[in-house]
This record gives sequence, C-alpha cells and structure tokens, in this order.
Amino acid sequence: MAGCAKRCKQGLVKCVLSLYKLVTGTLNKDKIDDDFELSIVCHRPEGLDKLEAQTNFSKQELQVLYRGFKNECPSGVVNEDTFKQIYAQFFPHGDASTYAHYLFNAFDSAHSGSIKFEGFIMALSTLLRGSVREKLTWTFNLYDINRDGYINKEEMTDIVSAIYDMMGKYTYPALKTDTPKQHVDAFFQKMDKNRDGVVTLDEFILSCQEDENILRSLQLFKNVI
Amino acid sequence: MAAGVAAWLPFARAAAIGWMPVANCPMPIAPRDHRKRHDELIILNVSGRRFQTWRTTLDRYPDTLLGSSEKQFFYDEETKEYFFDRDPDSFRSILNFYRTGKLHYPRYECISAYDEELTFFGIIPEIIGDCCYEEYKDRKRENAERLQDDQDDNKDCKLPNMTYRETMWRAFENPHTSTMALVFYYVTGFFIAISVLTNVIETVPCGATPSQKDMPCGERYTIAFFCMDTACVLIFTVEYLMRLFAAPSRYQFMRSVMSIIDVVAIFPYYIGLVMTDNEDVSGAFVTLRVFRVFRIFKFSRHSQGLRILGYTLKSCASELGFLLFSLTMAIIIFATVMFYAEKGSSSTKFTSIPASFWYTIVTMTTLGYGDMVPKTIAGKIFGSICSLSGVLVIALPVPVIVSNFSRIYHQNQRADKRRAQKVQKARLARIRIAQTGSSCTGFLQSKRNDLLNELLELTGSEEEEQQLNKGMSLLESQHHHLLHCLEKTTAHEFVDEQLYEQNCLETTIQSYTSHSPSFSSQDGPIGTCCTRRGKMNSPLPNSSLPLQPSHQQGSLQELSALHIQCGDKLPHTTSRSSLNMKTDDVGLINCKGSQITTAIISIPTAPSDTTDGGGLHGPPQRRPPPPPTGPQAPSINTTASSNVIKVSAL
Repeated sequence: MAGCAKRCKQGLVKCVLSLYKLVTGTLNKDKIDDDFELSIVCHRPEGLDKLEAQTNFSKQELQVLYRGFKNECPSGVVNEDTFKQIYAQFFPHGDASTYAHYLFNAFDSAHSGSIKFEGFIMALSTLLRGSVREKLTWTFNLYDINRDGYINKEEMTDIVSAIYDMMGKYTYPALKTDTPKQHVDAFFQKMDKNRDGVVTLDEFILSCQEDENILRSLQLFKNVI
Repeated sequence: MAAGVAAWLPFARAAAIGWMPVANCPMPIAPRDHRKRHDELIILNVSGRRFQTWRTTLDRYPDTLLGSSEKQFFYDEETKEYFFDRDPDSFRSILNFYRTGKLHYPRYECISAYDEELTFFGIIPEIIGDCCYEEYKDRKRENAERLQDDQDDNKDCKLPNMTYRETMWRAFENPHTSTMALVFYYVTGFFIAISVLTNVIETVPCGATPSQKDMPCGERYTIAFFCMDTACVLIFTVEYLMRLFAAPSRYQFMRSVMSIIDVVAIFPYYIGLVMTDNEDVSGAFVTLRVFRVFRIFKFSRHSQGLRILGYTLKSCASELGFLLFSLTMAIIIFATVMFYAEKGSSSTKFTSIPASFWYTIVTMTTLGYGDMVPKTIAGKIFGSICSLSGVLVIALPVPVIVSNFSRIYHQNQRADKRRAQKVQKARLARIRIAQTGSSCTGFLQSKRNDLLNELLELTGSEEEEQQLNKGMSLLESQHHHLLHCLEKTTAHEFVDEQLYEQNCLETTIQSYTSHSPSFSSQDGPIGTCCTRRGKMNSPLPNSSLPLQPSHQQGSLQELSALHIQCGDKLPHTTSRSSLNMKTDDVGLINCKGSQITTAIISIPTAPSDTTDGGGLHGPPQRRPPPPPTGPQAPSINTTASSNVIKVSAL
C-alpha cells in the first residue's frame, strides 16, 4: 500500500513536471551533459621506458601491442562490453561472453570496471613471459571468482561451463548437461590433495607442476608476440 | 574473423593459458611465425601521391588486394614501393578502411567510379559502414534506374514466349506496347467521357414543348439516352470481362480497387434492366443511378496523377481522421453553446442543438451563408469566438496533410525505398556470411585440409600438400590453433550442423552393433580425446616427438566422412594407424564398415584400454579393464564379425 502511494506520488510529480515543460516549451532537455561525460574519459599510459622496465616485453613489442590496443579502443580503456565483443569474435561458434566476463575480472585486478593499457600489458607479460609459478598464480586468480583464496566446486563449475559455452551447440561428441560437472569432478580429483573440497593456491601449483602436459602447454604461447 | 581485432589475437591466445589446468589432453602445437618480428612501413604510390602505412595494417584483411600477395605484382624494385595507377582521391577512403576497419563512401565521388575502385582492390561494398551505406545504396539505385530508363526506351520488342493471355494483360496494363492496345485505351477513355457527359446532360432542362413544361432532356429523349447508356455499358462490360480473362490472378484482380469501380459503374444499369417499372422500387432505382457517376473514377486508369492522389488520401487517413475528429468536437461544443445562448430570443432559428450544427459548420469554415444568425449579445460573442477558432482548427491539420502529400508524392517516385528493409537484412546476412562464415567453416575446412594432408603424405604427393597449406595465412593458422586448444580443453570437437544432426541420429541406431564387450561404448558417442588417447601419463620409451595430434584429433569425424567416399581406403587408414604406432599418445581410429543401414558413418568407439583415473572424464566407464598387453606393443584387433577394424595404441 505504501509502495502504491509512493508510485502515485511519483507519477503525479512527473505529470506536473511534463505539463510545466509543455507550457514553457522545453519538451526535450538536451542530453549534452551525458555525452560530455563520456567523452572525457581518456587514458594515456605511462612512458614506454617505464613499461619496458616493468614488463618482459621489448620496446618494439610494446609499440605493436599499443597500436593494436589503441586502434580498437581509441579512448585508451577497455570496458567490459567492448572486451566481450572483441573476445567473442574469436569464437564464432558459441557464446564467449561468460568466459570473457571472468577474463575481464582477471585482467581488471583493481576492479575499476575498465582495463587500461598498463593492466593489459602486465597481464600479458605474466601470461606470455612470466615464470611457471606466475602463470599458475594468474590462472588461480582467474578461477577464484570471489577472490577468497580458495577455488570451490561452484566456482570451478562456473568457469568450466563458461568454457563449454564457447564451444557452441554443434560439437562432436554432443555436449551433455553434466559434461561440465564431470569435468570439474575430474579436476578436483586431480587438484584437491587433501580432499577438503576446495583447492588452495599451493595445492593448485603443486598439482600443476606434477602434470607434464600442463607444464608443456603453459609454454605453448611463448612466441605469441 | 573481423580483421579489425586481429591485433587482439595475441591477447586471446595468451588468455588461453587459463584453460590449460582444466584441460586433460595435450594441446596442439602452435604454428610458427617465420616472418620478421618487427613491423615495417610500406610505401604505396598511387599515381604519384605517396601513402605510407604499416605492413600489419594492410595484413588485417588478407582477402583484399593490399592484404594479400597480389600486391607483389605492383611492386617496383627500384623505388621499393608499390605503385598503383589509380585515382588517389578514392584511394584515401580505401586506405582508411584498413586503418579504421570502416569503409566510408565520399559523397562527391561518382558511384560507378567508386565501385570500380572497390572491385579493383578486392573490397566488397557491403562492408561500407552504416553511416554511409544508405547514401551509397540510394546513389546506386538512382544510377541503376537511370540506366534502366534508358534501356526501357529501347525495349519495345515483344517477348517471344508470351501466351495470348499474357499479351492481352500486358496490353491492358501498358497501352503503349502495341497499336491495338493504344486504340483500345483511347476508345475506352472516349466512352467513359461520353457516359459521364450523358449522365450530366440527362438532367439539363431541354426546352419546353407545347404540351408540358420544362423537362430534363433525359425524360424527353428517353430512347436516345437509353441507347447511349446501353452502348457505354456494353463496352464497359466487354472490357471488364476481357480484363478478368487476362488477369494473371483473377481473385486478386477482382479484389483490386479498379475492378470494384468497374463493377459499380455497370451494375446499376443491369439492376435497372432487371427491375421493370415497378412503382415502389423506382425510388431505389433512382438512387442507384447516382452510382453511375462512379464511372468517372474509371479515368484513374488513364491518369497517373489521380492514382497518386487516391493513394495519398488513403495514406493520409490518420491526419484526415484527426481533422475530422477535432472539427466534430468543436462543432458539438459550439453548437451547444450557441443553442443555449440563443434559447432566450424569440423566433430564433436555433431550434435544437443539431439545428445549430449547420450554423457552426458554416461559421467555422468561414462560409457564413447568413441563413442562421445569432441575435442575442451572448450569441454574437460566442459566434465570433466560433469563427475565430474555426480558422485555427482547420488551418492546423491542413499543412500536415499537405506536407504528407508532398512526401508521399516524392516517395512514390522512389518506391524502392520500401525494399530497403529487405535489402538491409540481406546485406547483413551477406556480411555475416563473409566474415564469420569464413571463420566458422574455415576452421572446419582447415581440419579437413589437415586430414587430406595426412592422406596425401601417405601417398607421397607432397606438392598437393603444399598447395593446401599455402592457402592459410599466419593469422588464420594462429586462430585455428586457438580453436584447437579449446577443443582439447573441453575434449569435444566443432562439427558442422549436419554432422551434428547425423550424430544425433546415430545415437539411436548404435544398439545394433555391439557384439563384443569392448564395444560397450555404444550407449553414447563418447569417444573423448582422452579415452581415445590412451595412457598419456605414462611416457613411452620409444616416444619421439608427438606427431601432430591435432590432425588425429580433428580427423575422426572427417575420416568417417571420407569413408563414405572411398571404402577401399581402409588399408590406408590401417597403415596410417601403423604409422602412428611409432609415436606415443596417438588416437585410436575405429572405423566401421557398413552397418546394418546403408549409411556409412562410423562412430569411433572408445578404446578398451583406458582405465586411468587421472585422465578420465566423461561418463563412467562401463567397459571392463583392458586385456593386458604390453605397454609398448601396439595391438590391432580386427573383429571380423561386425566388420570393424579397431586399432588401439597404448
């Protein structure tokens, strides 16, 4: 009942306001304020030398990376929607938006809602040129959605479902509804050493270092840039 | 793949590291990048004007001239630049396409010259950005119409294979096509005019005879007018029947407006014939004669302008309705007011509210006949307010209707704009196909190519293999490698839609074929990469480099597809598997011959030798543990009973 009265009041206020605007002749307020606010968000990265010192990339590589980055995002920051769009272009078969969301959160360590070039390049440096431990830590942070230091089954199921979503519908063999769950069970079988239902960073790193395949595949993208 | 984001491919590949701990299968090997690392500036000399850009900028769109190796044909060794003998002004927008990913159409440019430039540089016009696409399409359509008009003037020849009926219809619709049609056209027009004239003259008083007073001509020369009427109606009837016969779709013809006008024009005559001089219905008969005036609407076939006017009124219906509605409101209000204002005065003409309607209408439209005039002061005041507001109420909607008319008139000239909706959808579909189709099907295509590579390798024809390989750019191969990694991570493969449907079909007929317990995988096509792969975790002593596992991986379905074509390639597959035996962790290839049905699609059965807890995922294994064989010795089991060659490697 209270909500109803409140809505009535709001409606009445809106009515009176629009009547007033009608009388005074200003029917459409200009939306310049909103546009103005969007356009001034722009970011310039730190100097090339500083970035070279902080990351494992050479100057040429940083140049190439920045040119590509700036081309796609002229304002200097990537927000989540652009990020999802870009990532979805690489996976036309399925739906990459969920995984892109988790990736975005992993890249955006400061949780500011947008990725700047420095954050982007730091993550790339870790992924491509970092040590095995650094890579595994980054991956752990990717899986640990709520950043509590533990990966539990729900988080892992979310991640794995997101990965399977990227495959799309037409796969061989056909995807079943419990395929992600079984994948997660296998994962926990391998990673969770003390069987407490969560995987900590140390367990994760230890298990991965025991697995030759994982170690080998971590080195796969060494020469990407 | 939209090449605008080609720069982000390294990022996407780096992010793939996130899948690695989840994946249970080894990843395929990344394609090598043999080119130079750093970027270089390219000089493009277009008729003397030099443009410079990075090489990677041009490489974004490898299916255009500048992005592919085709530009090598234009390379000038001495000046180390690419020379194009084309228009430098148009080149500006083309180069901007590479830089920004959006193609713009400059308005000052001639449409056909621009089209030629686009064709030369291998860019499809559908990529033109939304900001410029409407303009481009409009110009293109105008151009096409202009060319079409020129052609139409020349085109007067009759199409050879038209039936008599089609010829007649064409003659009716376009009177200019033949002389006969033109004659017919004028004759009908003449008779329409005659008919209308007789209707009019019928009512004119024709001069007095001594016996009676003035009477209209129609009653005086009844026979003559009747003969005239009959002749006209005969002509109209014949015309209508001929049109009905010639119409391609009779039902649609009968529903059209012109046909209804025709029917209404000739009907009263026949009704009049049927009804003789019956006194009580003669009143109705007289009313029916009014409908004869509709014959004048038959002129609209002869006049384009009339048709447009009619159409405009139809489409302005909402504005007209609004005008009518507001007028009605005002009339009722003022009539009421006037009635009550004039109620007091004596011998007033405002006897009731409906009687005041006439006064209100006459005043509001500023006619002012003067047959009803207010006498009281209040009446006069309200009367003046009425006339003032009448001007306003009528003057407001009329410009809207006028502008509507002008808009529709111009729109009628370019009626193809209506088709822009369909064109937009078709265009989007084309772009989508061109961009994503290449990536979706490109990936599957490349898997087949890899498979063909394998077979060709076997037969020793390396030239063909190289031909297959060179088609793909580095970017594409990297993208495909990324998709391969995803396949490995999830242990499922991308397939075509139709193969997927076939698989779903296959799951229903698999129950026929299981004879041996090792075929217990028939409950579902669950050949996953790991179960196929066998024990990955146990390194084999004689394992050298793993053979490109990606080729195996993607090949099972395609291998089965190949089976359809060449049943005798079986020895190839076995020998191929024997090739694989030498290396480790290769997949199994289970090929089935023809099953009970004639559909030769093989479902690779899972191997019977994987019980490794660590590498397993998928439904719980129901198969028994593998027969103990030496870990290094490959085993080839052929079970002739169900015509299956099962090859397993440990």
